[in-house]
Amino acid sequence: MSKTTLFTLAAGVLAASCLVPVAQAQDSMYMPSMTYRTGPFAGGGTPFADGYADYFNMLNERDGGINGVKIVVDECETAYNTQKGVECYESTKGNGALAYSPLSTGITLALIPKAPVDEIPIFSMGYGLSAAAAGEQFPWTFVYPASYWNQLSSILKYIDSNGGIKDKKIGFIYLDAGYGKEPIPLLDQLSESMGFSVAKFPVGVKEMQNQGSQWLNVRKERPDWMIMWGWGAMNPTAIKEAAKIRFPLDRFIGNWWAGSHNDLKAVGAAGKGYLAANFSGIGQDYPAVQDILTHVVEKGMSKVASADDVGNVLYNRGMFNAVVLAEAIRVAQDKTGKSVITGADMRDGLEAINLTEERLTELGLPGFTGEVKGSCSDHEGGGSVFIQQWTGSDWEKVSDLIAPMTDVVRPMLEEAAEAYVSDKPDWKGQTCS
Amino acid sequence: MELIHSILVAPFIEMVAYPDFFLQVVWEGFVAGVLYSLIALGFVLIYKASGVFNFAQGIMVVFAALALVSLHAMGVPAWLAVLLSLGIMGLLAVGIERLVLRKLVNQHDAILLMATIGLTLVLKGVGQLVFGGEPKPMITEQLGLPTGSTDWEVFDGIVIFQHIDIAAAVIAVLMVMALGVFFSKTRIGRALRAVADDHQAALSVGISLHQIWAIVWFASGIVALVTGIMWGARSEVSFALEIIALKALAVLILGGFTSIPGAIVGGLMIGVGEKLFEVYWGALFGSGVEAWFAYVLALIFLLFRPQGLFGERIIERV
Repeated sequence: MSKTTLFTLAAGVLAASCLVPVAQAQDSMYMPSMTYRTGPFAGGGTPFADGYADYFNMLNERDGGINGVKIVVDECETAYNTQKGVECYESTKGNGALAYSPLSTGITLALIPKAPVDEIPIFSMGYGLSAAAAGEQFPWTFVYPASYWNQLSSILKYIDSNGGIKDKKIGFIYLDAGYGKEPIPLLDQLSESMGFSVAKFPVGVKEMQNQGSQWLNVRKERPDWMIMWGWGAMNPTAIKEAAKIRFPLDRFIGNWWAGSHNDLKAVGAAGKGYLAANFSGIGQDYPAVQDILTHVVEKGMSKVASADDVGNVLYNRGMFNAVVLAEAIRVAQDKTGKSVITGADMRDGLEAINLTEERLTELGLPGFTGEVKGSCSDHEGGGSVFIQQWTGSDWEKVSDLIAPMTDVVRPMLEEAAEAYVSDKPDWKGQTCS
Repeated sequence: MELIHSILVAPFIEMVAYPDFFLQVVWEGFVAGVLYSLIALGFVLIYKASGVFNFAQGIMVVFAALALVSLHAMGVPAWLAVLLSLGIMGLLAVGIERLVLRKLVNQHDAILLMATIGLTLVLKGVGQLVFGGEPKPMITEQLGLPTGSTDWEVFDGIVIFQHIDIAAAVIAVLMVMALGVFFSKTRIGRALRAVADDHQAALSVGISLHQIWAIVWFASGIVALVTGIMWGARSEVSFALEIIALKALAVLILGGFTSIPGAIVGGLMIGVGEKLFEVYWGALFGSGVEAWFAYVLALIFLLFRPQGLFGERIIERV
């Protein structure tokens, strides 16, 4: 074999190797999925991950992807551990990741400073840093459809509309970690302006299943209402303990991470009456969910243990996470004219998202959630929540959508965002007209 | 002055003013103490017989409880599922002795401890692979365990006794009595004590160390299953239960690593102590004192009585 032939062959191999990723990139887009199917919070992580993956797989199967480009969902197990989450991020960001949804406030806080550097947006749907709702300071982070602070304000409005909140005592039981403490500044502020008192009951991560003391203190303090910012094994334990001390469960409201089917499975009929906030529809009676059953679950492509799990609270929440990301991809494709987009395009797509009721209906999700409209400055979309109640065997929606107290919360969010960036001289915000 | 009042006076006035609530706090502390004791018992059994601090005890609790509820979910009747779970824990005990402990005879304690940390990771992985990571409800009613509560009207108030808590206390007492009889009245029990006292001497009179270790790990597996049932009934069966086992470390430091009565007394002291401290003095520390109370108490014991209340006095000769 002559030198020329060898050179030509080598050049050909080199060219082919360079072309392969391009060809792959044109065929698909890479969407990492940070999951926790293991560890102490697997009960919440598993259904969420199933709903997330199944929706993208349904789009691939039903429509051939998004505008002809398939989505590759790649799971990375974090076990709800921040260090592992960052490792997942570092090991997958080079694959052309379009966005990250860590499903952990701890991981989200660690990734927020990395997002502008790597130009990959963080979509922490209804968790993470509330202040990230301020788009001017956080161009790369999104908390659609609402921040924790707005959620809390909606819950307080619900209490106010059910007998009034002035001069009442509100008990706040929370996971003693970044996630659980996140809404406390707003709670303290609103207690003054709305005229209620607050009793706080922290639950250590190691004490999630051992809350006897906290509930003895609840019995001692005798709050009129209890609000819970719980996750994982903390939730069923708290509801059981509340029932044990005979706290009226229809005066006990969990946040949207403390109101899933998994949380109440171990409680059963004893939890009847317990309330929780939610922003995503429940059940299988949505055309999009039916399509998942047809195109993914029935074909054996889903990881769900049973088809009955499809439509559960956290399954649908994970699915909605994917719905928002898929819609952002479409918006980005429209804006750029490209079929395969980048993380930076994705950021623009997320910022321009507009999920009206009409659009939700087109997507097969009529009445699934409140309208979500983003903008340069608004990265939470002004979403509303509804309240659901445990019947003893299932969740039932018991309120209309409750809009947040944006007028009160928004200035506080902006102030918190300013405080976050104030000691970071190299932080890059954006100017919104 | 106000601080001294809130530490030395106010809590006691509150106890006297609301005696029914005080009794409730003591009862809840007693129940928590019993449950801590159950976890600590598993540690003590293995430590007594082999000098190994079994770091895997917590995951054994989860493993045993998950085996039980998973077998029942597959259609196995509840009590047959209990027997099969015990069988699984027996196989696990034999497997651990054959594959881990036998290879490490005469190795340093730290190596054995490291081996149990490795065992924890293996059991966690296998458990998640076989049973899945999702939490499962405990089959309390199917096992015939009581539910509901009884009110005791006293001092113009009520004290609520949950039937499951009473059952936990009764079962713990029965288990301690059974272990006491087993250790003092049976041939294997006496052999266990001999091994605990002196490995070399026990070997010289023909006691099989391998057999004893397998038996003691199995006994610890039984305790793990009972513990898993009781803790699972209060909450759910999930891998988060493993973390609670850490509390047993403080119980062991108080009671002594080698004493069964020590595990009981240590558990009760921590259970009742932390409840009283959280309810009456917790506000002074911003609440959440339960997370550290047991460990601070353990630290104090380590300073003044490192062998614990009932542990053997440590005499190092050089």
